[in-house]
Amino acid sequence: MSNVPADLKYTKEHEWAKVEGDRARIGITAFAQDQLGDVVFVELPKVGTKVTSMSTFGVVESVKAVSDLFAPLSGEVVEINTELPKKPETVNRDPYGQGWMIVIRMTNPGEASALLNAAQYEQLIAAAGH
Amino acid sequence: MEAKPSYDKLIFELSAPGRFAHSLPDLDVPSADPATLVPAQFVRATPPALPEVSEVDVVRHYSRLSLMNYGVDTHFYPLGSCTMKYNPKINEDMARLPGFARLHPLAPAAASQGALQLMWELARDLAEISGMDHVSLQPAAGAQGEFAGVLMIRAWHLSRGERRHKVLIPDSAHGTNPATTAQAGYQVVQLKSDEAGEVDLADLERHLDEDVAAFMITQPNTLGLFESRIHQITEMCHAKGVQVYMDGANFNAILGITRPGDLGFDVCHFNLHKTFTTPHGGGGPGSGPVGIKAHLAPFLPTPVVVKDGDTGYSLDWNRAQSIGKLQAFWGNFGMLVRAYTYIRTMGPDGLRSVSENAVLNANYILKRLEGDYDRATAGPCMHECVVSARRQKKLGVSATDIAKRLLDLGFYAPTTYFPLIVEEALMIEPTETESKETLDQFCDAMIQIAREAETNPHLLHEAPVTTSVRRLDQTLAARQPVLRWNAGA
Amino acid sequence: MRYISNTPAQQKEMLGRIGAASIEALLANVPTKARLSRPLGLPAAMAEADLVRHLRALAAKDASADDYSCFLGAGSYDHLIPSPINHLISRGEFFTAYTPYQPEASQGTLRTIFEYQTMMAELTGMDVANASIYDGASSLAEAVLMAHAVTGRNETAFSRGINPLYGQVVETYCEGPDLRLKRVALADGVTDLDALRRAVTDRTAAVVVQYPNFLGCLEDLREAGEIAHAKGALLVVAADPVNLGFLTPPGALGADIVVGEGQGLGVPMSYGGPNLGVFACRAELVRRMPGRLVGATVDRDGHRGFVLTLQTREQHIRREKATSNICTNVALCALMATIYVSIMGKQGLRRVGELATAKAHYAAARLAEVPGVQLRHRAPFFKEFALELPKAPERVVKRLLRDRILAGVPLKAFDRGAKNALLVAVTERRTKDEIDAYAAALAAAVA
Repeated sequence: MSNVPADLKYTKEHEWAKVEGDRARIGITAFAQDQLGDVVFVELPKVGTKVTSMSTFGVVESVKAVSDLFAPLSGEVVEINTELPKKPETVNRDPYGQGWMIVIRMTNPGEASALLNAAQYEQLIAAAGH
Repeated sequence: MEAKPSYDKLIFELSAPGRFAHSLPDLDVPSADPATLVPAQFVRATPPALPEVSEVDVVRHYSRLSLMNYGVDTHFYPLGSCTMKYNPKINEDMARLPGFARLHPLAPAAASQGALQLMWELARDLAEISGMDHVSLQPAAGAQGEFAGVLMIRAWHLSRGERRHKVLIPDSAHGTNPATTAQAGYQVVQLKSDEAGEVDLADLERHLDEDVAAFMITQPNTLGLFESRIHQITEMCHAKGVQVYMDGANFNAILGITRPGDLGFDVCHFNLHKTFTTPHGGGGPGSGPVGIKAHLAPFLPTPVVVKDGDTGYSLDWNRAQSIGKLQAFWGNFGMLVRAYTYIRTMGPDGLRSVSENAVLNANYILKRLEGDYDRATAGPCMHECVVSARRQKKLGVSATDIAKRLLDLGFYAPTTYFPLIVEEALMIEPTETESKETLDQFCDAMIQIAREAETNPHLLHEAPVTTSVRRLDQTLAARQPVLRWNAGA
Repeated sequence: MRYISNTPAQQKEMLGRIGAASIEALLANVPTKARLSRPLGLPAAMAEADLVRHLRALAAKDASADDYSCFLGAGSYDHLIPSPINHLISRGEFFTAYTPYQPEASQGTLRTIFEYQTMMAELTGMDVANASIYDGASSLAEAVLMAHAVTGRNETAFSRGINPLYGQVVETYCEGPDLRLKRVALADGVTDLDALRRAVTDRTAAVVVQYPNFLGCLEDLREAGEIAHAKGALLVVAADPVNLGFLTPPGALGADIVVGEGQGLGVPMSYGGPNLGVFACRAELVRRMPGRLVGATVDRDGHRGFVLTLQTREQHIRREKATSNICTNVALCALMATIYVSIMGKQGLRRVGELATAKAHYAAARLAEVPGVQLRHRAPFFKEFALELPKAPERVVKRLLRDRILAGVPLKAFDRGAKNALLVAVTERRTKDEIDAYAAALAAAVA
């Protein structure tokens, strides 16, 4: 199943980013949540935390695995999805919508061009043999 | 197959106010009300919500709970890398001798000569078995043994004026290796295994430099293969001042056959609860002594059990360069008694026979299963083998399904999904204490399951059906953790 | 060989099936250079009767608490062990079972651990307890590491009232992550609260105190907690759970993490091991807690069942990012404690505390009557106290061995300034006759 929205950007580590002006909304992809299995816990940073491109900003846990979350872009965390710690299953159910994790104010919007587009990300996950 | 036991009570649910099971003596010293002997703020205002049950309640409850367990005493337990061999009962009797079980750790040395002698002799025996120069019996489990070993390596580098930051670990390693390494303050660098499943020497060469403190490997490795180029590996490491650590989880394959000390290892640990029959107890206690070469002796944990011809045995605390302590006292002595009893029962020929039969049994299983399951490695294995349920996965049957069906067929399951480098891994370690009849029954069951995967996978997805509970909702347990009983719950 | 079932005939049959000429052929991967060319240099195998004789002779050299009056404490105690415990834990289904990774075949173990977690939470007054770790000392070390992980701070204010053996273990664990233990002095047997106030800064991860402390004295946890929390540090308390049927639990006094040695809950002293490391914490810290956890859930038919949960924190999944490297818990010792607490129950555990403290206070009074002997501290104590002797305590201890009395732990080894001090523990097992005999022997020894 290929659920890769065309209007988003992607990382090799299976995060997506939606650029909204000087901000970017970030989450994990449908492929990632499928690989993880049922998400049981999401650990998010505090508002105000500074992140740099491909540094870790949190952790997502399932029953059998735990994965670091990598920031696609550098910036400052301005919003976090406070619903997720209470309802981690939202990540499985709606990874691109209500399963969003953080919003950052970008310090270097140019970094977005180095991210994968939808076609490139589709190729990546196809090559992973899924 | 036995009937499904249907007992679903917790001890709190058997409580009735006023019932009790204890027998305590009357107060025989003159005393004020004990509640007035300490200031009021220290006296508990509300009693803890503990059970109120009779002795019959206690005995019946825990006896019935025990029937919901599979143990080595009742079932074949082929867990890879766990060495679920038979636990001799004489070991239990000896551990309970009052001079051992009822001995306080701080009793003066003059009043503990029996215990100290046992520890000294056991350390000497483990040193001989491993070809090491000294053994500390203090670590409480394998993971602590690893921790002690890595700390001693760290101390050795520091003593030579070197501060190194990395430890190399193969991708097939047991999870405690990287966890211990990180806990000791090192950065973990993972090395690839080659197609044969052994350490990739080119990858090792690429990573070996003078910022590497140690290389940790399991021998034989977690695929059940003896790392045949081990001399070359230890030489490559020593050339760069890198210490080599052997994870002793798989010692059951090599007793009397080869020794880490002879292969160039600087440190190794033992899992007494694996190779040396101390019981697993449902998850512990273990015991993880650590063996070292002489150059690491100054860093041994304190105290060290020493023998002085004149005064007998004692604890030597005068160890200025020691890494310190891992446990408050001297080690899991109760487990040391069991291991000592086992080593004396077996003798050198018996221990050699242990490994020979362990290797024979694992190879027999591998041969019988290779028609129906993919082997993870070519050639003979040592004391454990790894197969992949890759073929079965294509039919929608996973290693988990196979494991659950085995429970219904009267066997505990092998280890699943480890090592991580094998897809749908099933790691099988029969041990030497199992008979050919049991191995045949197990293999017949595995082959039956392979057939069922083709003809009736639904059966496997539904398994287990004969155990006291069916498959459990792990997601619910993790999303909404309920970690204690509550009244009215 | 009685533990190996295969006969030579069966071995031959198996080799035939494998297609190997001999077991040697199966060892071909072990290079000749690596092969041991001689038998292991160990004593020859012993028949059971000979072995039993040998071990009995060794054990007979030790001063067991069956034959000696044991007044030793300092982290290991001669508490009553009710008879059913040994019978129940000796059931093969309990003691020969593995870690409950296949929960459907391990509901016995899982349920007893769930009960154990409940009991430890109740005793310590905390929200949640884990399935046990190795011993009190390593539990304390893990608590310090956890406080560091939770707060991101590198220092702890570490009371000198903590068992020095525990202190050594904590230091060993703190070397890797480079954490600093700032020692806080005692004043007359308990933590000096002014010194504590000065030691706690916004770089402090935790205030660490023992309750009762190593000298047997009762610490003011509430005050220590307030000092810690005022600077955003955690309060970590090391407490003996067998005392908590009687004493106010640390959870009610502001503790964030409670650890301790559970050996007194039905685990034999056994020359110092195996032990029972208790670990409990507040609910919001549960994901940072090391060690195994058992949780309740349901199975496919909706029936109650129990599983290991939150396992992704542990080494077998999280590997180098695990909360700890710990793999085993001490399941069988935790089972002993669970059965002990069931037997003692709500009332019995309180009674154990009452008996212990009454006898300890009686003993302290009797021993302090001996000319030249004094109680070392004025702070309130529970079941253990330090005496100041007019003669070298090691010599007194040696002399009293002849009277079959294990008199106490000389403190000189732990504190050079305490060269005349002797630490004496009194549990519910010590009778009036034993205590009176001790007082008489002590009087003779110091005369």
